[in-house]
Amino acid sequence: MEMRKDTPIDIEKDKNAVLPDDVNRELYDFKDEEREEDFYKVDEGLTPEIIEEISREKKDPQWMREFRLKSLEIYKEIEVPDWGPPIDGLDMDRIVTYVRHKSDMKNDWNEVPDDIKNAFEKLGIPQAEREALAGVGAQYDSELVYHNVKENVIADGVIYTDMESALTGEYADMVREHFMKLVPPTDHKFAALHGAVWSGGSFVYVPKGVKVDIPLQSYFRLNAKGAGQFEHTLIIVDDEADLHFIEGCSAPKYNVANLHAGCVELFVGKNAHLRYSTIENWSKNMYNLNTKRALVEEGGTVEWISGSFGSHESYLYPTSVLKGDGSHAEFTGVTFAGKGQNLDTGAKMIHLGRRTSSFIDTKSICKSGGISTYRSSVVIGRNAEGAKASVNCGSLMLDSISRSDTVPAIEMRTDKADVGHEAKIGRISDEAVFYLMSRGITEAEARAMIVSGFASPVSKELPLEYAAEMNNLIKLEMEGG
Amino acid sequence: MSDILLSINNLSASVDGEMILNDINLNIKKGETHVLMGPNGAGKSTLGNVLMGNPVYKVESGSISFEGEELIGESADKRANRGLFMSFQNPLEVPGLSLESFIRNAIRQNTGKAIRVLKFNKELSETMELLGMDPAYAERDLNVGFSGGEKKKAEILQLLMLNPKLAILDETDSGLDVDAVKNVSKGIEEYQKREDGALLIITHSTKILESLNVDYTHVIVKGRIVKTGDASLVGEINENGFEAYL
Repeated sequence: MEMRKDTPIDIEKDKNAVLPDDVNRELYDFKDEEREEDFYKVDEGLTPEIIEEISREKKDPQWMREFRLKSLEIYKEIEVPDWGPPIDGLDMDRIVTYVRHKSDMKNDWNEVPDDIKNAFEKLGIPQAEREALAGVGAQYDSELVYHNVKENVIADGVIYTDMESALTGEYADMVREHFMKLVPPTDHKFAALHGAVWSGGSFVYVPKGVKVDIPLQSYFRLNAKGAGQFEHTLIIVDDEADLHFIEGCSAPKYNVANLHAGCVELFVGKNAHLRYSTIENWSKNMYNLNTKRALVEEGGTVEWISGSFGSHESYLYPTSVLKGDGSHAEFTGVTFAGKGQNLDTGAKMIHLGRRTSSFIDTKSICKSGGISTYRSSVVIGRNAEGAKASVNCGSLMLDSISRSDTVPAIEMRTDKADVGHEAKIGRISDEAVFYLMSRGITEAEARAMIVSGFASPVSKELPLEYAAEMNNLIKLEMEGG
Repeated sequence: MSDILLSINNLSASVDGEMILNDINLNIKKGETHVLMGPNGAGKSTLGNVLMGNPVYKVESGSISFEGEELIGESADKRANRGLFMSFQNPLEVPGLSLESFIRNAIRQNTGKAIRVLKFNKELSETMELLGMDPAYAERDLNVGFSGGEKKKAEILQLLMLNPKLAILDETDSGLDVDAVKNVSKGIEEYQKREDGALLIITHSTKILESLNVDYTHVIVKGRIVKTGDASLVGEINENGFEAYL
């Protein structure tokens, strides 16, 4: 097949795009030297032929091949959303939807090809695994390159594998039964796209009553220029079980558009508990159109911890469907929009069961002309008697050229529920900066401390090393521009 | 070498175009305790803020030298690095930043050295005990939800931990109950005991001064220092108020 050296999509074509500042993002922005011959790619764009090629390449079962082709049809029928940040800069005919290193997935770090290994070493992934994780999956472009789980976790019957293996493995039926049932391809245009071209991601199954006491982690790195990443994460936490799953993402900066349209589906059983933490740090040419959804059974709890720092534009609203009576969901998120970024983030809570409860606590920060929009929706269903929901959103604008908007929606179909909402928009007080400076702290450091403090509801919930990474990202953003 | 720590010469300053300080002259030597008294609106707090480098106030003329070097034009953090400190009348609240982490960061930036954690923790808990502070406050967000008394104790805690060369205490005793005044005074006495530590205590009452050694007292009215005396001036004002100087 023909190899195109570059994908000439220019984000400058997007009239609303502003080229990102040269903040020092070296840690994430390094471009791994790669040789073309080491990689397999499909052509740019979306045609049934390309979808069939991906399916063949991935050795899909028949049903999945059909699922992909059907999703492509749905994709062609649905319009691009018209209510969020403009995505004119994204030309799907120019996105390479599948890029794979010509080496198989390894479960021994030493066998991972050097170029990829170096990229993950720089991000500290293997070190984190050694120190604090029960299992790690690392995805590079479209496929997982490394996957490993600690033995005691395997012994408990926990399954943590790449999606491809899961499709044909022991739990193939379970995967088929759940795959894109919570987020069907008809949900929106990019869910359909995901159904057609998804690749990589993780499958986790935690058996009944099993409590995994240290987190599992997946790290997604999109290195190929002008490419898309469409990983699928499917997590099933059975009744009475407990899991903390961490997702990290990054990509180098190119002057062409990259696309991330992943999908996360979480199934939380009766009285089960799942915490899903994300630190998203895509480069600032990325269109992040991601869909995350959880279904919670009776007495179960889902907790979302979310830090959104990167991307050019984001649409991200993790949704919790509180189906079972007494189920509970929490969303704690921070979004930081710097120069050239338009981040539309929030959460959605759907109360179906009785005495369900949800809690949203978000902080958005904008700086150097960045736009941060908080968008949320709380729906109290007809039968959700005794439901309680609380929404708390705060914004911090670091200058007068940035923009912060709040779009909370509440829909109540029963009056036997209790819903509260509080929104605050503020600026850093000069007096507070002077106060910190009077103790010998530089102005830049004082501002960074105030912003980190503002974002602390999220960092406090993260494992130590991730909280440190988050504060480091805030510091980088504060220094830039 | 002269042992003059701070030398204020012909200092005039304004805020929003209005002159607040007029032609202030004041010298403070190492180890001395000066008290600045005056009625409300006399310019006491303004002087503290100007010395510390609050950008809200504009210096119109004059000079402020600290250990022989000019401070005017220098930012507050640089002044603090030199050994200047001000306890705030209304300490600001910073959500998400713990008192302990704030002090640790401040020490690190002032000394440019890494902190020895065990030594720091020991010193912090001993100092909190001296001030009658609940140790739980170390982990609480800086001043958030602190009572007036706890805020002032936290200021004195910072004073003792940072150990500056000159501390300006701006109305540290205002709004405190008897016990809190006692604890705060104990902290200030502790600072006085240390060699060379100088104080400029800004106050309009005299409660806090009862247990402290005072070397000089200055009375400021309408932005001018109208009288300078020794410790006995405190007692005189306590009895007669500022009437005589208005």
